[in-house]
Amino acid sequence: MTNERADEEKRMQDTQTPNETSPEAQAKPPAPAAKKKATHKKKNSHKHWHLEKDDAGIAWLSADRANAGTNSLSAEVLDELGDILDSIAASTPKGLVIQSAKPSGFIAGADVKEFVGLKDTETAAHLIRRGQSVFDKIEALDCPTVAAINGFCLGGGLELALACRYRVADEDPRTRLGLPEVRLGIHPGFGGSMRLIRLIGAPSAMGLMLTGRTISARAAKKLGVVDYAVPARHLSNAARHLIQSPPVAHQPPRWASWLNHRLLRPALGYYLKRQVSAKASPKHYPAPYALIDLWVAHGDDPKAMLAEEAFSVAKLITGYTAQNLIRVFLLQEKLKGLAKTAKGKKEVFKRVHVIGGGVMGGDIAAWCALQGLQVSVQDRKRESLAKVMQRAHKLFKKKLKHPRIVQAAMDRLMPDVEGLGLRRADVVIEAIFEDVEAKQNLFKEVEKKVGPKTIIATNTSSIPLDEISSALKNPARLVGLHFFNPVAMMQLVEIVTADLTDKAVAQRTAAFTKQIKRLPLPVKSGPGFLVNRILMPYLMEAVVLESEGVPAPAIDKAAVDFGMPMGPIHLADTVGLDICLHVAENLSASLGGDIPKKLRKLVEAKQLGRKTGQGFYKYNKGKPEKPSATQDSKLPADLTDRLMLRMLNEAVACLRESVVDGEDLMDAGIIFGTGFAPFHGGPMHYLQHTGVDILHSRLQELAKRHGDRFKPDAGWSSLKEIG
Amino acid sequence: MKNGKTVFVVDGSRTPFLRAGKPGPFRAADLTVAAGRPLLARQPFEPDQFDEVILGCVMPGPDEANIGRVAALRLGCGKKVPAWTVQRNCASGMQALDCAARNIAAGHSDLVLAGGVEAMSHAPVLLNNAMVGWLSDWARAKDLPTKLKTLAALRPGHLVPIIGLLRGLSDPVIGLSMGQTAENLAKHFSISREQMDEFAITSHARLAQAQDDGIFEGEIEAIYDTRGKFYEHDNGLRRDSDMQKLAKLRPVFDRKFGSVTAGNSAQITDGMAWLILASEDAVKKHRLPTIGRITDCQWAGLDPAQMGLGPVHATTPMLQRHQLALKDVDYWEINEAFAAQVLACLAAWRDKDYCRNELGLGQALGEVDLDRVNLDGGGVSIGHPVGASGARIVLHLLHVLKRKKAHRGIATLCIGGGQGGAMMVERDTAA
Repeated sequence: MTNERADEEKRMQDTQTPNETSPEAQAKPPAPAAKKKATHKKKNSHKHWHLEKDDAGIAWLSADRANAGTNSLSAEVLDELGDILDSIAASTPKGLVIQSAKPSGFIAGADVKEFVGLKDTETAAHLIRRGQSVFDKIEALDCPTVAAINGFCLGGGLELALACRYRVADEDPRTRLGLPEVRLGIHPGFGGSMRLIRLIGAPSAMGLMLTGRTISARAAKKLGVVDYAVPARHLSNAARHLIQSPPVAHQPPRWASWLNHRLLRPALGYYLKRQVSAKASPKHYPAPYALIDLWVAHGDDPKAMLAEEAFSVAKLITGYTAQNLIRVFLLQEKLKGLAKTAKGKKEVFKRVHVIGGGVMGGDIAAWCALQGLQVSVQDRKRESLAKVMQRAHKLFKKKLKHPRIVQAAMDRLMPDVEGLGLRRADVVIEAIFEDVEAKQNLFKEVEKKVGPKTIIATNTSSIPLDEISSALKNPARLVGLHFFNPVAMMQLVEIVTADLTDKAVAQRTAAFTKQIKRLPLPVKSGPGFLVNRILMPYLMEAVVLESEGVPAPAIDKAAVDFGMPMGPIHLADTVGLDICLHVAENLSASLGGDIPKKLRKLVEAKQLGRKTGQGFYKYNKGKPEKPSATQDSKLPADLTDRLMLRMLNEAVACLRESVVDGEDLMDAGIIFGTGFAPFHGGPMHYLQHTGVDILHSRLQELAKRHGDRFKPDAGWSSLKEIG
Repeated sequence: MKNGKTVFVVDGSRTPFLRAGKPGPFRAADLTVAAGRPLLARQPFEPDQFDEVILGCVMPGPDEANIGRVAALRLGCGKKVPAWTVQRNCASGMQALDCAARNIAAGHSDLVLAGGVEAMSHAPVLLNNAMVGWLSDWARAKDLPTKLKTLAALRPGHLVPIIGLLRGLSDPVIGLSMGQTAENLAKHFSISREQMDEFAITSHARLAQAQDDGIFEGEIEAIYDTRGKFYEHDNGLRRDSDMQKLAKLRPVFDRKFGSVTAGNSAQITDGMAWLILASEDAVKKHRLPTIGRITDCQWAGLDPAQMGLGPVHATTPMLQRHQLALKDVDYWEINEAFAAQVLACLAAWRDKDYCRNELGLGQALGEVDLDRVNLDGGGVSIGHPVGASGARIVLHLLHVLKRKKAHRGIATLCIGGGQGGAMMVERDTAA
């Protein structure tokens, strides 16, 4: 029902575009509305849909939402569809084909903005039932119905397709089908839950809906979600064939139907819940559990299931988690929007030169190559470059799978000891070791060799931009482009600017970031920028707690219970304790604060965390050996507060210092940069929701008990005024 | 070139030549990308400015039909640059340069990327005909009894593969392996096992010295595999080889009584070399520096059983045409297919009878000093990826001329099937 993940998924498919010359990829998705004009008798145009009837009496209905690049199902689009379906029912065509007139794909889901602020379950249920009733009309048509799918077919889009008797899909890798609703804290509500289970059986259907993952056309064919996966050139032929000689509709395999039995469902439900609980707790993410309950209760009664589906989604969508996850989705859209240039003229970056073949530089280079850019990666040591190529190959194989496409990506990535790629680069990214003088000297050389429009960026995480840029003839040119480790996982990139930095350069850098499918967050140059600065007090407090004798697993558990994706001790070990210490020293030098002795001791003992096999935890094949957690009664009562409030306090300080522009960007940055419990909607949102006064006084109490590091920042007062 | 426009060599690069055992980390097209990317990155023009790409290769892989086009596209030359592949066995790389040079001389092209490649470790291994026939029967067997019957007909002999590499290195007309043709020459010119082994030791010693002196900087591009390894030197070099060790090796082609061993033959290797050739117009247009000119090329045929003497037959008429004596050639690259074969070439020029009977000369052509031949090692030490060597020796010869501030050189090689190829290059010594 949503188009969340749409871009995320697209990114993976788009990577092959520049070098890709296969006919499938070159062929444009069909735009049948225009193409068939000559042979069509009748054409009816509506606002969001085009209806045509061809000589064979087949009705071709094309989705084409007005004023949008992508089709989504707003209430208006759905209403119009309902009216059109009524008229189709009256005109008794030979068959109906539903397709998209947009090259971007079929339908990417419901219009998420319409769910914002839904508080009343009744209203929500009404909205959902209205959607269901439209799709029911498709199912009720006497004639064969086919959804002809290309590009994105997600959420409500797939639910619409499921209401058709048959589905055909373009086998191009850009085609992605899925029901990613759980990622927004809900489950399919326009009949998708019921219809997908009916079509392919509960085990496969639950696998898709509980993970929210999307699948290719070929995978969909294998599962039985679509009847044919064909090249774009045969999409309409396949649809026509299904109408002219309609086969029996697809059925789930017999063993899957047995599992749908009233007596077996609870057992499978129990098993599914256990699986889900490994990934998401029911307290934080209720949607998958609700979906399982729904099926266990009504799996053999489609009618009841449809009704209960609407009620269940209505309950979820008005809840805390879904509303916050929708907020996170919209924040993501907001970050993407920041990349837009004022005039809308889109600059396309083609060549990137990365200097520094360490883990960071190498992974940035590989990521850019994955996204279709020509990349050269420079390092004095061939050994490092060899490792870069090895890691890149692993990444490409995982993301692109097909050897031919993997090879094309490898061809785009050139190890470059001499720096041959520098001269032609559109973007130069420096990722060498953190040393001001080395960076200054490097940029002096870079400035001489690159063109006047080339973006010159540093991936420094700790050196203020001004210090580096002072070496440049034109200091306004330098911008910070701060990636997070691991690059392939962390969506956020901080676009760091100093007062001197040219605004236009920063804007273009944001556009570049979006082009490589990362989320740009503009931040002001300062110690730790935003993400590291906020993370550090939280990590340090965790280390202090550990030194006080609180078991590490208990500390981590408290954070995970709050909703963090990984506990702070585990995170510090993963990042590397040497790096943590470096950042902490850097921050404490400018912002004050003590560094826990334990951290120094471990670094001195070369126990640096996961990479050395021993840090706070001992690691076995990259997994920490956690002793079983102590009983809660022995733990300090303010454990969670001490961790989270230090983070929140720092966020307030950053806001006061305008490190980022406003609470929304703060929330977006912290969620996508640290994984901060998405279902809380971000730290500032959480703060406002919990109550500024309450948290402020809790901080004051903590300051009394544990010292000045908990002293509320001056920024709290201005928050209070709003609150 | 004679009767045409001047053909300049702008730049060139090659991969290290890697000893082949199991299929190596690079397929032929991978090698073309690895050597070509840095070469193209350092040019002032864009890769789509080439008029054509020509690549020599004897045995491209199954996914490398018209490997020239595969290379051009993977190197980002764009869909509009035409590309083709040439095959003249061991001289395929030189043939590519000749085609490029002729097109430039004739005014058809101005800027051409040409070279040669061979991934001998990826040479195909084929099913024999009996097996192919059996597979076709198997595919047709629909019911169980027929299937069982077909299965019962399967014999161990069906599974004997055809080793493409061995077949490729044998002459299909006369039925001799290349090594056996070298044995012929050794017999004809009385070249001893010791002479061959000594030649091999010199070849390794020269390569070792050249590597130590950094001679290959600017010529060899390091290449990177996907497993975290890189290769920057020809790795067939044996620094520890001596006469005693070489003497222990058994003859490989004429098993008991021969003298050609793996130690005094070219090594089976994977490798490739590219050169950029340009007309004067292109040189001016893109302000290209040049490293020399290709001034002539000659092909000749001879008895396939004596194919190792190809260089003699190709070079002699070229010298005559230019009214040059052997001593007028400053430096030579005579591809070392076999130590015996290079020594035989030099012996043939020295031999009055051979020059009179086979070359139609009045007297012996003369002496070529080994100090002017293969200065930095050759096929025996560096390796001889068949399709690549012709391009490698021309590229290296130009580097030698530059280093020695010399004027003229000839790169020449013998060609399986009984042919020889020779290419003359020159550079202005004033510069």
